Amino acid sequence: MNSFASKEGPGTIQIDSERTLYPYVTGTSVVAIKYKDGILMAADMGGSYGSTLRYKSVERIKPIGKHSLLGASGEISDFQEILRNLDELILYDNMWDDGNSLGPKEVYNYLNRMMYNRRNKFDPLWNSLILGGVKNGEKYLGTVSMIGVHYMDNHVATGFGNHLARPILRDEWREDLTFEEGVKLLEKCMLVLLYRDRSAINKFQVAKITEEGVTVSEPYSLKTFWGFSAFQNPTKGAEGSW
Amino acid sequence: MFRNQYDTDVTTWSPAGRLFQVEYAMEAVKQGSAAIGIRSKSHVILASVNKANSELSSHQKKIFKVDDHIGLAIAGLTADGRVLSRYLRSECINYKFVYESPLPVGRLVVQLADKAQVCTQRSWKRPYGVGLLVAGLDESGAHLYYNCPSGNYFEYQAFAIGSRSQAAKTYLERKFETFTNSTRDELIKDALFAIKETLQGEKLTSSICTVAVVGINEPFHIIDQKTIQPLIDSLEIKEEGGEPNTTLQDDTSPEAAPMDI
Repeated sequence: MNSFASKEGPGTIQIDSERTLYPYVTGTSVVAIKYKDGILMAADMGGSYGSTLRYKSVERIKPIGKHSLLGASGEISDFQEILRNLDELILYDNMWDDGNSLGPKEVYNYLNRMMYNRRNKFDPLWNSLILGGVKNGEKYLGTVSMIGVHYMDNHVATGFGNHLARPILRDEWREDLTFEEGVKLLEKCMLVLLYRDRSAINKFQVAKITEEGVTVSEPYSLKTFWGFSAFQNPTKGAEGSW
Repeated sequence: MFRNQYDTDVTTWSPAGRLFQVEYAMEAVKQGSAAIGIRSKSHVILASVNKANSELSSHQKKIFKVDDHIGLAIAGLTADGRVLSRYLRSECINYKFVYESPLPVGRLVVQLADKAQVCTQRSWKRPYGVGLLVAGLDESGAHLYYNCPSGNYFEYQAFAIGSRSQAAKTYLERKFETFTNSTRDELIKDALFAIKETLQGEKLTSSICTVAVVGINEPFHIIDQKTIQPLIDSLEIKEEGGEPNTTLQDDTSPEAAPMDI
């Protein structure tokens, strides 16, 4: 499957090393926070094909087992591969039927191992993942990147979210956010991303996970405002520019 | 057991549906020195009798730590026990590396049992000649399992294996209903008493037995000899202090035994 040797035979095509070189259909930022009862995660539903916003109903947040939520940015097909992998993992875990179950901590570490091992083979899964969950009252929230860099925090984001959303969260996140406050905070972040990230679209899903279970919201849009006076005459201060 | 024509290899069934080689392997367990396990809601205690080949040599190691939350005691071929311990340690640490979480005991013993079963179904292998008392803690509580060479495993409240283990089992059977709610120290005393029963007359000292414990917030470890000796001494005091001797009573029934002429 993955080899660095070029294969050559009598009259056959020379195959170079097979590994992921670049992503094709990509999702943009995911943002997630811990709140009073668990984790809130938000992502838009866009799948870009280069600079084209080609797919507009891509679900980039999925529940994993009973206790976890996985959100991904980056290559969508690799995300689907990860979901298939985790599905099998959870299945075998359930088959034991013995009172033990893989919680968010275990899934997070499994993902970390998977991403890092692929990176070592120079064939990464081109994703930045956010794994959140609640088990036995304990909240977990962490992120794993395509090269295996991983950390846990009270609020995490991928891609542009790190630059635009996290500063807002650093200022405004609190330990005891209610569900409504959490959603409002996430929407504030997603709005900034919508204005400033060109791969973002105005169609979001917000997912919540608590001890009771997972809820992924129906897709919805945020209200945007473009009536700033500065937009009336944009080149006022700089004659000759456009 | 007597020799018969169906006992040469493990892949031959007897007409009665028995695998004699497997049963002989279980005999090997009965020859080893005793090992005992007792479980409560929060702790599991393992105790074993240490045999030494001679006064010059050190004692056989019979209790192994597998992970912070799992340990085991063996009876039988100690070499087989050592090899299996290495396998179990390997499984535990691999799981921990991937999931950052301790391997549930129940899953470990199934893997061990499956490994033992393989040896009962290959003509070029022999069954492991060691019985393992696996003690551990996981999400679903405290557990004590017995894995035998046949590839079977059972969960126990308390169990004893090895030579003269019947004496210990008799004692444990009397008291097992109290174990769930026993404290850690009560469990240790019960384990020591059970070990004493298997010695049948020989003096119990901390140098000929090993006791290990695993519990909630207490990683698996072998208890220091220095800590064990006072507990043994307190057992003796209790015994001498007039605890009724509960070994077999003489038959004093007046009726004559029926004669069948």
